[in-house]
Amino acid sequence: MARFTLRVNGSSHPVDAPPDMPLLWVLRDLLGLTGTKYGCGVSQCGACTVHMGGNAVRSCVTPVSAVGRAEVTTIEGLSEDGSHPVQRAWVEEDVPQCGYCQPGQIMSAAALLARTSSPTDDDIDQAMSGNLCRCGTYDRIRKAIHRAAGDGKEG
Amino acid sequence: MEREPEVRPLVPDIDPAAGTAVAAGSSGVFKLDRRDFVKLGAMAGGGLVLGVAFPRGLKAWETAGDAEGADAADAATLNAFVQVATDGSVIIWMARAEMGQGVLTALPMLVAEELDADWDSVRIQQAGADPHKYGRQTTVGSSSVRNGAWLNLRKAGAAARAMLVAAAAKRWGVPAGQCATSKGRVTHGASGRSLGYGELAEEAARLSVPADPKLKDPSGFTLIGTSPARRDTPAKVRGKADFGADVRVDGMLQATVVHPPRFGDAVGSFDASKALAVPGVRKVVPISAGLAVVADHTWAAFRGAEALEATWKDGGFGMDSKAIAAELDGLLEGSKAAVARNDGDVAGALASGAHRVQARYVTPYLAHATMEPMVTTARVEKGRCEVWASTQNPQGAQRVAADVTGLDVSNVDVHVTFVGCGWGRRGSVDYVRDAVETAKAVGAPVQLVWTREEDMRHDEYRPISHYRMQGAVDAKGRLSALDARVAAPPIGVQDGRGRAGEVNRSAVDGIANSAYSIPNLRVDYRYSGIPVPTGYWRSVGPSQNTWVMESFIDELAHAAGRDPVEFRLELLDGEPRVKRVLEMAAERAGWGKPLPAGRARGVALVRDKGGRVAEIAEVSSENGQPRVHRVTVVADCGIVVHPNIVESQYAGSVIAGLAAALYGKITLREGSVVQGNFGGYPLLRMDEAPAVDVHIVDSREDPGGVGEPALPPAAPALTNAWFALTGTRVRELPVLPQA
Repeated sequence: MARFTLRVNGSSHPVDAPPDMPLLWVLRDLLGLTGTKYGCGVSQCGACTVHMGGNAVRSCVTPVSAVGRAEVTTIEGLSEDGSHPVQRAWVEEDVPQCGYCQPGQIMSAAALLARTSSPTDDDIDQAMSGNLCRCGTYDRIRKAIHRAAGDGKEG
Repeated sequence: MEREPEVRPLVPDIDPAAGTAVAAGSSGVFKLDRRDFVKLGAMAGGGLVLGVAFPRGLKAWETAGDAEGADAADAATLNAFVQVATDGSVIIWMARAEMGQGVLTALPMLVAEELDADWDSVRIQQAGADPHKYGRQTTVGSSSVRNGAWLNLRKAGAAARAMLVAAAAKRWGVPAGQCATSKGRVTHGASGRSLGYGELAEEAARLSVPADPKLKDPSGFTLIGTSPARRDTPAKVRGKADFGADVRVDGMLQATVVHPPRFGDAVGSFDASKALAVPGVRKVVPISAGLAVVADHTWAAFRGAEALEATWKDGGFGMDSKAIAAELDGLLEGSKAAVARNDGDVAGALASGAHRVQARYVTPYLAHATMEPMVTTARVEKGRCEVWASTQNPQGAQRVAADVTGLDVSNVDVHVTFVGCGWGRRGSVDYVRDAVETAKAVGAPVQLVWTREEDMRHDEYRPISHYRMQGAVDAKGRLSALDARVAAPPIGVQDGRGRAGEVNRSAVDGIANSAYSIPNLRVDYRYSGIPVPTGYWRSVGPSQNTWVMESFIDELAHAAGRDPVEFRLELLDGEPRVKRVLEMAAERAGWGKPLPAGRARGVALVRDKGGRVAEIAEVSSENGQPRVHRVTVVADCGIVVHPNIVESQYAGSVIAGLAAALYGKITLREGSVVQGNFGGYPLLRMDEAPAVDVHIVDSREDPGGVGEPALPPAAPALTNAWFALTGTRVRELPVLPQA
């Protein structure tokens, strides 16, 4: 057990946790941020995607000890009120079905758009292929990313 | 899924003689007075409350994929409540689980349409489990709209509207016929007067329910057929939608379960010391399913489960996939069969056929692999049990909790969370039992989450099926005979369902009752008791049988040198709606028109759960493997309530069908499932997902199923295209088995 001070969604959170405890479970079970989901535990599904220092990471395989002083952003912190362009595009394209994977999808998409403002379909394939969706909403995810980019390619 | 017990209807509990519930002729709409709806609980705001009963009235073939053992609900069982509150809000209490299929949006639209409600003032309230209030609550079989709700939720809206109009007319002293309604208000055009529904609700509640409320002609719909924003989306894009594991209860511990790796084994002995040495682990508890590890947080529970040392009592099952396949092949060759269909003279037609084909087909066990693993939260204290479950079957959850705790079901409250994909898996309540047993054993609220590995290795799988198909085409190039043998364990084999000599409907669904007119048709079923647990998997029997049927039809067309679309069309004279979707799909996909080099098309269709769907896949070969570029879907699912939801369900069903076709396979080694995560059991990913063009036929027919029928044709459209491209006929799924 060790004491960590995490920067999550803009504020500091002291937590006592085993150093190898994945960030996912720190967020969910110690900080009560349940928007980030468990799907596989081995970085194969992307449901647990959060931002660490602006990059999309799989929190299920990121030990809390590796977070350091990096700024962590979860789906709850992406915007105050759901107004992030990716969230708005997700609403406009009616992307979610069951919705379980969507926090992870949205975090991956937001990280993609932060570094590539107008992604090609190949860029989207590369950035999003680590996020599984059992409902099969991929077509709409692609459209929503184009919509959020404002590139007129949402078709 | 466990059997539904008899459902006791609400109405007889309320004494009609006392005037508390007023039946409205045969409309299925009942008025409840204040005493009743207070008794029913939690309907604050007063006003007008109507109960709605859903009749069944489905044709046998439409229910073939539904839960066997039928449905005990009857016309006297109220399935939903509609309240026009005094503040003008309209609240609809619905007992269906939202698992992505859009019921929280589509069902209220039915009421709002006929009520002329202001859509923004309509709220839907997710109901907990209560057989007395809601009849059968299971959300299965693409049935939420088409099973009764379509007619009777509209009748409830129309009845409420008529009562509100009558109340306004009475107050104004004008004929009701002079009043109009729109956006939650009654207006009297001549005098310019207007009252909101909320202002009229109490007076309306004193009037009687019209015996046969007049429904709108579909041409007059203003809400049905449009696509208002889904009600669940805002929460889902903000991480605010609570799924099963997002429930937080004071004092709650986290737990997980370790099952015996082999089916049928039980806990022998266990040594908890290593598990308890994991920081945060509190207890290891034997439960019916295995061992529960209880901890302060989920990570500790998962690590404790890994560290746990246990021996298992041998239940005697140790088969591997090879032995299972051999058993099923043996059944295909044997003589023990239950005949599902025997029309005409199959033997004669086969013997006299101009072209004759015989083939063996194989479909594997499939896991559901919902993104949200099995999870339930339970609290057992002070003579009550409270359960928070991501479930398609809240009453099953209620019964199992009552069974574990010894409480009456009336002392068990079930809260239904958002469901992170259902796929049929969450009709079973094994994981609910785990949580309730563990909570009872430790004397504290417990949330029990299965690891992905336990989820995949202790699923109730789509049954493995082996087929021997024989068919003949006559000299005119027309299909003359089909003889299908199906060897498979039944769904629910672990619960003793099915037996030799009895047809299992799901096992032959889609073959024995396909859309085609086949003059000489024989279909039989061969029971296998292999005890690998089996369950309902999205679209059920047709999910595998349609692949076999449509592949084999394709084989026969090619054997006769016929175009696969034309060959099918002439078998569909008795099914004009199916014929039409096939014609439209061929046209929209450019069937017969040239494609770029290295691409080919394949076609398949299904009539399933009230939907009629034709799909055409366009495929190329990349590194010797199929790549699907585009799937054209044309569907007739009757009147569409919410086109945007239907489109998304159909597009998603295609992705699901392709994932199963390309990769889906659960294998067994010494009685245990090999695959444990998405590495061994891949799903389709973004870079593999084709464009899906969905076209919905304009139809005035009653709504059909939406959540499932587009799944079955995806696999055969793919493999038929692969044949057209390469000449290789896929007869065993998946196309790309994993190591």
